[in-house]
Amino acid sequence: MTSPLISVKDLTLRFKTDEGLVTAVNDVSFDIAPGEVLGLVGESGSGKSVTAKSLMMLNAENSVYEEGSQITLRLDDEEIDVLSLRRPREQMVIRGGAISMIFQEPMASFAPAITIGDQMVEQLMIHSDMTAAQARDVSIEMLTRVGIPEPVQRFGQYAFEFSGGMRQRAMIAMALSTKPRLLIADEPTTALDVTIQAQVIELMKDLVREFHMSILFITHDLGVIAQTADRVAVMYLGNLVETGTVRQVINSPAHPYTRGLLNSLPKLDDLDAPLTPVPGDIPSPLDRPSGCVFHTRCVESDAIAEKCRNEIPLTSIDGANHRVACHLAAQGDQP
Amino acid sequence: MSKDVLIAARDLSVHFPLRGLGFGKRPVVRACEGINIEIEKGSFFGLVGESGSGKTTLGRAMLKAAPISHGEVIFSDDEVTYDLASLQGPELKDYRKRAQLIFQDPYAALSPRMTVRDIIAEPLEVMGITSSRDETDARVREIAAKCRLNLEHLRRFPHAFSGGQRQRISIARALVSDPKFIVADESVAALDVSIQADVLNLLNSIQQESGITFLFISHDLSVIAHTCDFVAVMYLGQIVEAAPTEKLFSETAHPYTKALLSAIPSLDPDDQHVAQKLEGEIPSPINPPPGCRFNTRCPHAQERCRKEVPEWREVSGGHNVACHFYQELA
Amino acid sequence: MTDTANIEETDANVDQSRKEAYFTAGQGQLIWSRFKKQRAAMIGAAVLILLVLSGFFAPFLTPYDPTIEGRNADYQNGAPNIPKFWDENGFSFRPFIYTFERTRSIETNFRWVTKVNKDKRRYVVLFPQGDEYTLLGMKFKTHLFGVDEGKIHLFGTDGTGKDIYSRTFHSINTSLAVGTIGVLIAFVLALIIGGVSGYYGGWTDSVLQMITDAVRTVPAIPLFMAIAAFIPDTVSSEGRFFIISIILGFIGWPTLARRVRTHLLTERNQEYVLAAQLCGASSRHIIGRHLLPSFTSYIIVDLIISFPYMVLSETALSFIGLGLKEPVNSLGVMLQNVTKADVLLNYQWNFIPVLFFITLVLAFVFVGDGLRDAADPYADTKK
Repeated sequence: MTSPLISVKDLTLRFKTDEGLVTAVNDVSFDIAPGEVLGLVGESGSGKSVTAKSLMMLNAENSVYEEGSQITLRLDDEEIDVLSLRRPREQMVIRGGAISMIFQEPMASFAPAITIGDQMVEQLMIHSDMTAAQARDVSIEMLTRVGIPEPVQRFGQYAFEFSGGMRQRAMIAMALSTKPRLLIADEPTTALDVTIQAQVIELMKDLVREFHMSILFITHDLGVIAQTADRVAVMYLGNLVETGTVRQVINSPAHPYTRGLLNSLPKLDDLDAPLTPVPGDIPSPLDRPSGCVFHTRCVESDAIAEKCRNEIPLTSIDGANHRVACHLAAQGDQP
Repeated sequence: MSKDVLIAARDLSVHFPLRGLGFGKRPVVRACEGINIEIEKGSFFGLVGESGSGKTTLGRAMLKAAPISHGEVIFSDDEVTYDLASLQGPELKDYRKRAQLIFQDPYAALSPRMTVRDIIAEPLEVMGITSSRDETDARVREIAAKCRLNLEHLRRFPHAFSGGQRQRISIARALVSDPKFIVADESVAALDVSIQADVLNLLNSIQQESGITFLFISHDLSVIAHTCDFVAVMYLGQIVEAAPTEKLFSETAHPYTKALLSAIPSLDPDDQHVAQKLEGEIPSPINPPPGCRFNTRCPHAQERCRKEVPEWREVSGGHNVACHFYQELA
Repeated sequence: MTDTANIEETDANVDQSRKEAYFTAGQGQLIWSRFKKQRAAMIGAAVLILLVLSGFFAPFLTPYDPTIEGRNADYQNGAPNIPKFWDENGFSFRPFIYTFERTRSIETNFRWVTKVNKDKRRYVVLFPQGDEYTLLGMKFKTHLFGVDEGKIHLFGTDGTGKDIYSRTFHSINTSLAVGTIGVLIAFVLALIIGGVSGYYGGWTDSVLQMITDAVRTVPAIPLFMAIAAFIPDTVSSEGRFFIISIILGFIGWPTLARRVRTHLLTERNQEYVLAAQLCGASSRHIIGRHLLPSFTSYIIVDLIISFPYMVLSETALSFIGLGLKEPVNSLGVMLQNVTKADVLLNYQWNFIPVLFFITLVLAFVFVGDGLRDAADPYADTKK
């Protein structure tokens, strides 16, 4: 088995705020293999964006990584300890070099007063030895590859002249022009119309095949995950509650939260089934529940409520590669 | 207009003039064009469309919060009948009691400087529905309880609440004047998935309990499918298809609706159907394509589509579509 | 009712009353709690309050009348008298200063020379009776401190013998008063013009904005020179004072008006305003209940930030001779004295008011910045 492209071990991240230290990510571990699409699912406050930004050391100044957190990037021959990279020169490899990122709001990601072409060329010239002319050619080629019509003309246009879907494609083009190994996509389709979303997802799947690239796909939309991801990791309030292949997690979810999420979705094949929401609201990160972080909203844990309130469940293995952090699952008492 | 219909739009058009240079023709945003719908009393009517479809504008026009440039909107409950285009003065004020709006953004829809009690009480005070503070308080508490907001919550300010809770406050505010008609404009779009279900269930229970007619606007077809009895699909300012929910799914007629349905990512990882590709981008509502507005992206577009506007035809009982070739494509 | 049950459960984990206080905190309280956390702003606020109070109570805090009546003819351009506790003649609990004697004789070529007499001590006394003054409509004679014989000049005296210490504190009052009137006039004009412009939009807005821009481009100094030339010398210093304040107000409103307009334009499109309109609320209700409260915090910040500009403007004008003139006490007037080379080289204590002036402006700026930072993040954090 090939070694994973990137390994995250025991990542714990806190933010220094006026109200004290707020834990955003708690003891998260996962791997991404080369060429694999890992879906990171969670709702607001789950810590998925923060986790992703940690891979590129993009978190705010007031972030504190706990001792023992480790992120390792394996490129060809070398292993890079991401969290120890301090100087901007060293960090270049994780910021646009081997790892690239695309965001939810493409309008906010492009500088409004510089043409798209100039931004793409700038990115290429920072990360490689190309001349401006070479960078321009590569950029236009990428624009064509992502399906933007009239790429030469578009190269000289500004972000506001593009429509939403086009901007997202341009951002993908820009992110991919440096041929990264890992693409982090932070809610890339959430702001798009569903027909445009379908196009962009199609594009990303093609690119994965062509470039043999891995994607960390962050979203709250389980349908998108089901169609694009190979493996899924579910996060809740900063903890990783379940990981497994996409079939395992979606067809036989092991964690009550995952089950709750799946149950609350309207299903097109059974329109009369009632929607069962997960009860309650996500606790504020200032009030992290004791023991199992989900116990305050879990409807299945009544029998062992004591345990869930006091003990943090360790990840247990439920079938090959299917990990879940739940006392119920550990006991084998699945409903 | 039949007795069962609460509100109907006939050949409704909503145009927004843009600030032109002053000379020559000012560009006009044709947000809605030639809309014909009838919403039955007590029903949950869904309006689905993507950006630029005009669904928000249509919802606002039916509340007289957007200008009616052409056509008419008639509202008729058991007590009054209003023609919205000519509505003003005290009659307009009365209409405001009967028709309300729930917004999309739970963070922007509540004034951050007012307590929850004041926010819910504001319609009562402005419309003069209650005459004393005690009466207002009693009514506020009654409605708040229906939306699962307790007394403690009433004393707090909006910043103390999560998105789902704020949306419930919005709903309470819409309900307090005892309306007959509520437009829910993307009311669950900004919420987390697990909270969405909660709010949708609340809307459903309100409808079953009080018989309020809902116009539910959303871009999410699966949410609409679950909550609504009847669905109308909009594209670039026009209704392209309208049918009872099951029929929309079982006998989908319009190519756009088919594309929308196939674009919804399935929750089954083994369902590898490729979404039907729609070429190109959504055109601008300032210069909509001639003929059938969908012709620039329709995979089956032909000469006729570029020239002739399709008629509104009946497919089966209650199911209508605007497409020249729907029969051939079925 | 699982929802409320869960809310109770999570609440129990934390300090209930603290959370409740946060939930029920109105806008003012939230801003204050955020403001308190900023050290620079709190220090600025303390200094500001101190200076304002000392300006207000200046007649009490200073030993002498800052006008020509209180001058010390024997001690013109005199150096500051620093009270001592100890010298070669021994220690004393009560602070004292030396006596200065002015003599003129053949030895000094008939020039006035000031000699220090270290043997004759003058002790500092607290709460002596001195020149009469009016405060809050009542007459008093008691000052905070003085000396048993003669006069004490903590900051020295100027060319005519007036005590700089007394003048400094009185001038803080004057500058603040001019600034206040200027800010108030500017504010009222800005509210009306900016308010109408922002609320109605459209043509009204365009026309009013053109007027605003026109007024803004008027160059201040030539305008003042022209007006200063018009003010006849017969106008009393108080009259001059008011005219200057009014002019400052009329020049200052465009910036504030633009801010008011921007706030209104944004707030007007907020969804909760639309919600109120959909209830059939009148314009008056919307303005009073939603719009005005929404930008009260911003306006207060704008006001405080405008203050130092007004004070600076008055100072600058008086400094170049176009504003207030001697013998009015204002910081600008006192700074005028400093322009003479003689003063620069020999009588440096005339610079002390500059320190006060800098402190005052900085205090305003820190408080204004702190308030703006505290008020800004009021737009709630979106998830």
